[in-house]
Amino acid sequence: MAAIRADNHRLRLAVRYLVLILIAAIFIFPLMFMVMSSFKPSDQLLSDTSSLRAFLPVGDLSLHNYMGAFERAPVGLFVVNSIFVTSTTVLLSLLVCSLAGFSFVFLQWRGRDVMLSIVLATLIVPFETIAIPLLLEVSKLPWLGLSGLEWGWLDSYRVQIIPWIADGLTIFLFVQYFKGLPEELIEAARVEGASWLQIYLRVVLPLSGPVIATAAILKFLVMYNQYLWPLIVVQQEQYRPVMVGLQYFFQLSPAWGEIMAYLTLITVPVLAFYLALQRAFIASIATTGVKG
Amino acid sequence: MRSSLTSANREGWAFALPGIVLIFAFIITPFILAFGFSLTNQRLISPNPTRYVGLENYQQMLGLAFVTLDAKQDPNGKVATDPSGHPEFPPLRTITRNADTPQYRGMQEWFRWETGTQAHLVIARDVVFWKALVNTCLFVLIVAPVQAGLALGLALLINQKLRGITLFRTIYFMPVVVSIVVVSLLWRFIYDGHDGLLNNMLAGLSFGHFHPVDWLGNPHTALGSIMVMSIWQAVGFHMVIWLSGLQTISPTLYEAAAIEGSSSWQTFRYVTWPGLRHTAVLVLIVITMQSFALFSQIDVMTKGGPLDSTQTLVFQAVQRGYGLQDIAGGSTISVILFVIVLSISLLQRWLTRER
Repeated sequence: MAAIRADNHRLRLAVRYLVLILIAAIFIFPLMFMVMSSFKPSDQLLSDTSSLRAFLPVGDLSLHNYMGAFERAPVGLFVVNSIFVTSTTVLLSLLVCSLAGFSFVFLQWRGRDVMLSIVLATLIVPFETIAIPLLLEVSKLPWLGLSGLEWGWLDSYRVQIIPWIADGLTIFLFVQYFKGLPEELIEAARVEGASWLQIYLRVVLPLSGPVIATAAILKFLVMYNQYLWPLIVVQQEQYRPVMVGLQYFFQLSPAWGEIMAYLTLITVPVLAFYLALQRAFIASIATTGVKG
Repeated sequence: MRSSLTSANREGWAFALPGIVLIFAFIITPFILAFGFSLTNQRLISPNPTRYVGLENYQQMLGLAFVTLDAKQDPNGKVATDPSGHPEFPPLRTITRNADTPQYRGMQEWFRWETGTQAHLVIARDVVFWKALVNTCLFVLIVAPVQAGLALGLALLINQKLRGITLFRTIYFMPVVVSIVVVSLLWRFIYDGHDGLLNNMLAGLSFGHFHPVDWLGNPHTALGSIMVMSIWQAVGFHMVIWLSGLQTISPTLYEAAAIEGSSSWQTFRYVTWPGLRHTAVLVLIVITMQSFALFSQIDVMTKGGPLDSTQTLVFQAVQRGYGLQDIAGGSTISVILFVIVLSISLLQRWLTRER
């Protein structure tokens, strides 16, 4: 009797794992196909699609597609642009939004509650609905640069960075987190005569590791994957980020080997980053779920 | 909120100011501008001054009419038919270019159906806009429930206490960190009509009985194909949100259910689901907002084609506002989109409110 039950248990366990593995295959096979194909010559890439070979590193593997991709487009430039725009925006966003969150939670000032409601109300405005008027707005904004006053922000790094620094979600994340910090710590520091800036720098920031990680990861994903916005505000190759650079590979008969090489090149670093920090990535998405 | 703290008016403003200024400059201002531009004939670059046009853009965009055409008759009063016996109808321009019916001027056929010797036509001033609106709504109506349901299923699977379960969670979530642009280009190859992975796989599985389909080139399959891919990419995101909801349900409730001897369906129905109310609202609102914003997939995969079968509101807004430099037209679509998104999220909140 006990033996039958144990067998039954084992069978059910096997079925559960089988289901989990089949679903995992659905998620992972297209990505494996992308990576494996990037090393295959185009004719083999096409003929392999009719069998499981499509997902395996077999046949004539080389880096030819990668060299072809670099010849077709300034891939290095696009990667540098994306890294610069993404890292600058993430850092500035953490600074600006944490300061605002700090002020909303710990300081008393006139108009504070109204401002906080306005900031939170922006959460229901999808970016896609303001992209077109924002395009016209930034095309007319002034900028004081090294060469004096100029008008219009199109074709620049600033147009890709500055509009994305502050957003309702990031400020909200900091506000929620700061509300959970023990008030006594702040009061004790006040009693000892610390200024607000000192409290922000020495008391609050050192305790904010988790929320900084969450905000940084969410912003990183948004910024690195930018497409619509740079597509409409950047015309010059010089400022193009990786996702818009993909257009160099659109043509009537696409060179799929080179496309797969470019896709792999711009995706694998993010996947590696995710696999290394997967707990933090998943936790940061889960945090956005608390806001309901 | 924290009355024990002294008031710090100047410092408070100073700390919050950079964030507030940026949000006003780059979210609230363009939001207000969208409403303003939609009432003008604003263009990106134009030699003519911008003019206030009232609701003209909305009338142009939303203008819709219903007309009935009678079949052509020969001189004897008999219904004229084509060689296959099908009644012949006069062309639509007999109405839209008729001085007697100026209200239909410039309108085009959206779709028609026929009853005997009459044809009923829905005509629109801007047929592409209406197709985009219908496609977008269709996308939301199908993707939101399917994706939310699948994500919940995955979350329940992943919530089991099994060895190595985090590995599966990591894999299911993986497509979420990959850009939708990358995913779209990759799936363009998977869906390719000639050498596509999907066609070749299906041919292999059916031992050659499957006839290849040009998934993105066929107006009947293009939007569906984009839906499937979009769900594949984003379902892991919502799985994680459901999972965080599942983990807030107290284990003692499950223990109580187990003692009562409830089946796994009863446990789900009476313990798990009631505990997920808030999560359900959130997941639906987030998916709805994301789905209405459908753009990148269209831009990379189909550009709205074939035969406008994958036009969407955001794609149209961008094509007009940026491609045709018609800021007013793009803004009008943006405002319509915002009103729809807002009403739906209010509706979802109201339907799932605490009673």
